Amino acid sequence: MTDRAMVDGMSPPRFFVPLELRAVAITLALGALGYTLFPDDLAFLTRLISITLLVLSLDLVTGYCGVATLGHAAIYGVSAYVVGNACLAGHSDPLLLLLVGAVAGAVMGLVSGLLVTRFKGLPQLVLSIAVGQLIAALANKLSSLTGGSDGLSGISPGRIFGVYAFDMYGRTGYVFSVAVLMVVFVVLLRIVHSPFGLLCQAIKDDSLRARMIGARVYPRLVLMYGVSGVVGGIGGALNAINTGVVGLDSVGFERSAEALVMLVLGGAGSLWGALIGSIVFQVFEHYVSAANPFHWMTMVGALLIAVVLFAPKGLVSLGGLLAGRTASVLRRRP
Amino acid sequence: MAWTGLSIGLDALSYGMVLFIISIGLSIMMGLMRVVNLAHGAFAMIGGYLASFALKSAGVGYPLAIVLAVLGTIAIAFPLEFLLYRRIYRKSDELTQILLTIGIAFVIIGVANYILGPTTKSIPLPPLLSGPVDLGFRMIPAHRIFVMICGVCTAGLLWLLIDRTEFGIRLRAAVDNGDMAESLGIKTQILFSATFALAVGLAAFGGVVGAELLPVEPFYALRYMVTFLVVVSVGGAGSIPGAVAASILLGLADTTGKYLAPEYGEFFFYLAVILVVFLFPNGLLGRRH
Repeated sequence: MTDRAMVDGMSPPRFFVPLELRAVAITLALGALGYTLFPDDLAFLTRLISITLLVLSLDLVTGYCGVATLGHAAIYGVSAYVVGNACLAGHSDPLLLLLVGAVAGAVMGLVSGLLVTRFKGLPQLVLSIAVGQLIAALANKLSSLTGGSDGLSGISPGRIFGVYAFDMYGRTGYVFSVAVLMVVFVVLLRIVHSPFGLLCQAIKDDSLRARMIGARVYPRLVLMYGVSGVVGGIGGALNAINTGVVGLDSVGFERSAEALVMLVLGGAGSLWGALIGSIVFQVFEHYVSAANPFHWMTMVGALLIAVVLFAPKGLVSLGGLLAGRTASVLRRRP
Repeated sequence: MAWTGLSIGLDALSYGMVLFIISIGLSIMMGLMRVVNLAHGAFAMIGGYLASFALKSAGVGYPLAIVLAVLGTIAIAFPLEFLLYRRIYRKSDELTQILLTIGIAFVIIGVANYILGPTTKSIPLPPLLSGPVDLGFRMIPAHRIFVMICGVCTAGLLWLLIDRTEFGIRLRAAVDNGDMAESLGIKTQILFSATFALAVGLAAFGGVVGAELLPVEPFYALRYMVTFLVVVSVGGAGSIPGAVAASILLGLADTTGKYLAPEYGEFFFYLAVILVVFLFPNGLLGRRH
């Protein structure tokens, strides 16, 4: 646990700031920073936030429960499609749509959790892939609901609280997304530090021991999958609300694999890691991928190999290490 | 109706044999070294690229091109084994293995396309294999028969190698109990390297002879990565009969699905996978580790 405390950035409590307050401050600061750096490209930032929610959702099962999954985009995509259809059916209140997305994500999360967490190792990985691919094939087939390969378009959500309309510059959408991310992040911090969250980490560390002390492993994991589904579902809902289009890429294997790469780059098992990894990856992708997609693949591959070899706990651990060094250097000074 | 069934069966069999030739290397690696190697398809892709280059630019014959592709792929893969794969044999958790091998696959895709360009690489067949053969009830490309023969030969030779040779005995000993094999004087590190070369060589071989069914293109490594992994999981890691059964079963599920309900894509394939993995988590013929 000392490790986790360090990773979460808890310095010795000289003046104690609650973790939640810090999370609020940091997300707001990041939001403001994004707005200053990319004022003309808010669409990119809202997309980034939506994917960040998927990465956070993946962190809950992979980082906190040790479930290796390559099919997490199923949750994200299904929820995006459900929200899109709800909006087309006339339910256009953005908050209601978020709720719809969260419920759809929770259902999808529970279903995948029931299948995926039943086993460990290779069967688990293959089941997660198979669930993802099954959903992707269905999304392609049920084109009356999903628009098939053309995508589901024409989603136009109404005003937030009936007041703030989504403008063409994406300002409302951006502020809305930052607010949603902030709330989700704070709630998740509470959840992962709750007894339930800690139990999940215990299961990840040693599931046999957890079972011996009386934890019911399978139901816990499925429940965490459900929570993860809510978060991923909100991410998918944001995607549908902000872009107005849902394409097949949002359920695809590439989306799942990319989310896993972002998570590991930042550091699985830490919400901050998910946040950092997702931001760093996507900002880089924004520039390099546009130049040459194959160079981008080579870079991501090399980066992955480097992270596995040199920083198995991700960027966030490097940050922690650096902070620790700096602190000790500062302390040595008179 | 019966002829349709037989038609589907033949197509399923040739597709299954390609899956088998490529996946069996992965299966052996997984059984012995416990490595979930997601870059396996990338090695098949390298094989395809090399064969295409040898046939079209260097102008060598088809059989020689296969040999060159297999040896070339092993030569390219060997530094990766030495530098990277050795670290993840037997001990790492799956997540580390997945990420490292996905990373390797990405690098291979990026570099291969940078050097050879992002186009589909055709592997021209010799005249003997490119024509159709009349089976009485339908015409079948001679190439498919060739693939089936290759699959059967691969399975047979592998069985001989693992069941009848000194190497096979050591291999099986290392699979059963690596530490004990090591303390009995079997050099498991050399065994692992040899197995890696065998697995990569089989991938390259399958990539070349299967190129008509699984076209060699820039995203080959990603597109079929999942398929190969699924075959291994359904068959049971390290089991040759298991891999044969899984390849044919999944080939059948996929081909039947595409014949009878093409608009569903890979739906039936993955439905079959979920059912089998849920009922037999260690694979059809695999063992509990």
